[in-house]
Amino acid sequence: MNPAPSIVVFTSSAGAGYGLLFLLCVAGALGWLPVERWFGFVGFALALGLITLGLLASTFHLGHPERAWRALTQWRSSWLSREGVMAIVTYVPAVLFAAGWVIWQDVAGVFRFLGYATAIGAVVTVICTAMIYASLKPIRQWCNVWTVPLYLLFALATGALWLNAILAAFLIAAPWAAYLSLLTLLITWACKLLYWQNMAGITSPSSPESATGLGAIGTVRLLDPPHTEDNYLLREMGYRVARKHAVKLRGLSLLFGLVLAAALVVVGLNTGAGMAALAACAAAVSGSLGVLIERWLFFAEAKHSVTLYYGARHV
Amino acid sequence: MTSLPATPPPKRMGLVIDLDTCVGCQACVVNCKEWNTGGYPAPLSDLDPYEAEPVGAWLNRVHSFEAGDGADSRTVHFPKSCLHCADAACVTVCPTGASYKRVEDGIVLVDEERCIGCGLCAWACPYGARELDPVGGVMKKCTLCIDRIYNENLPQEDRQPACVATCPVNARHFGDLADPDSAVSKLVAARDGMDLMPEMGYRPTNKYLPPRPRLNSEGATGAPAALDPADPEGGFLGWIDRVLSR
Repeated sequence: MNPAPSIVVFTSSAGAGYGLLFLLCVAGALGWLPVERWFGFVGFALALGLITLGLLASTFHLGHPERAWRALTQWRSSWLSREGVMAIVTYVPAVLFAAGWVIWQDVAGVFRFLGYATAIGAVVTVICTAMIYASLKPIRQWCNVWTVPLYLLFALATGALWLNAILAAFLIAAPWAAYLSLLTLLITWACKLLYWQNMAGITSPSSPESATGLGAIGTVRLLDPPHTEDNYLLREMGYRVARKHAVKLRGLSLLFGLVLAAALVVVGLNTGAGMAALAACAAAVSGSLGVLIERWLFFAEAKHSVTLYYGARHV
Repeated sequence: MTSLPATPPPKRMGLVIDLDTCVGCQACVVNCKEWNTGGYPAPLSDLDPYEAEPVGAWLNRVHSFEAGDGADSRTVHFPKSCLHCADAACVTVCPTGASYKRVEDGIVLVDEERCIGCGLCAWACPYGARELDPVGGVMKKCTLCIDRIYNENLPQEDRQPACVATCPVNARHFGDLADPDSAVSKLVAARDGMDLMPEMGYRPTNKYLPPRPRLNSEGATGAPAALDPADPEGGFLGWIDRVLSR
């Protein structure tokens, strides 16, 4: 599948944003974070900024962005529509909770309720994003049980890295955020490795034989393609560039996303204020870069069944 | 509304494509493009149509495959357009309600005024039936020539999809596949019509008729296994044969 930059940026940026929003709201409402004005302001600005950046990016690949509002209407059947609705619904308690934190330094009472509502909204929105992909039967690399948990885990892990970075930048001692980052990073990437291993061993039941119905005659090979030039289907679903470098890119995503990020979190835990802030911020940047590469591969490595009509043996 | 019809449509209009007779001439492809670029509801556009690398949206494409090996192998020309599936995921994934399946005849259509061109329906289609219009920025797909098949301004014999009307070898048939007595349903029953990628579970309406078994064995075609000997005995031809053989 074509890894359109707008969708790669959208899913990874909004994922990090919702992860950070979830942690700020849950930890804030539980009283694990200092209800300090500027810390809250930066935290919520970053979380909502990442989400908004992602949502705006997602409209860039549309043929008619001015009609994007129509995408909120079909929540009964469409996960894309549900995602749009949930994203907008989640803004309401999120902005109110952030206002309570930043303006009145109050996260108790009704604000606590708003915080939990925001956290639930963040989780549901990420699930909706993942379900867009997990519900597409023609793409076996997406249509499986791994997609939703992996989207949630990557959102949580990058969110934890950014929370750790902001806490360190504000010189707030909260080692639990660093430990949470390490734990979520390890679980997330372990699951991703298991997913990669799992995908290598599974072949789609679809083949050129089932796609053409000619299997009774024998093996089916493409003799003549239907057109001599590129078309929309091949650009959008026949993307092949990344697969050539898939192993190297997986290594790079692991290097930035797990190894460097985790090492920098550990450095941040064991150094003094200034150095700790720098290391924690670098960890968040490195972790996010790793997720960007991972997300790019998520699209580029996915094979669509339509390629069976264009000479692919397997999808 | 992008939910599928609550009850199965009373009619299931669709195509039956005969892989035995298709000669891969591309006439259906061209006539589809010709009709649909001038017909309902907006042009079917191309970019750089007269340059070295033209691209454009087409609703019908003919692939050519080889199947099998050796003496039993076949070249099969394979027309492919929207299959108007009963479980059309392209409809349910649409976030705007632009993509819909008609309650009355099961035809899957796109309302181009509502389409935002997100492309998710094309991802949801296992068959590659949808292409984004490079100029209009909206999704295009086979309409079964909705502006021909019910068009009372056309003579009755022309009220069929352009691809069907133009096929020079009658490899394409149009009709109601929900009616067991329709010509297309009888054709499907007689020729073991099949679904493409049944394992996807989309339940396509269009059916494909597999190539008939090849008649390779001696005498299987009804013709004699060998020609009569060319050396007649007796009679006028025998005399000529003898004279010329000297």
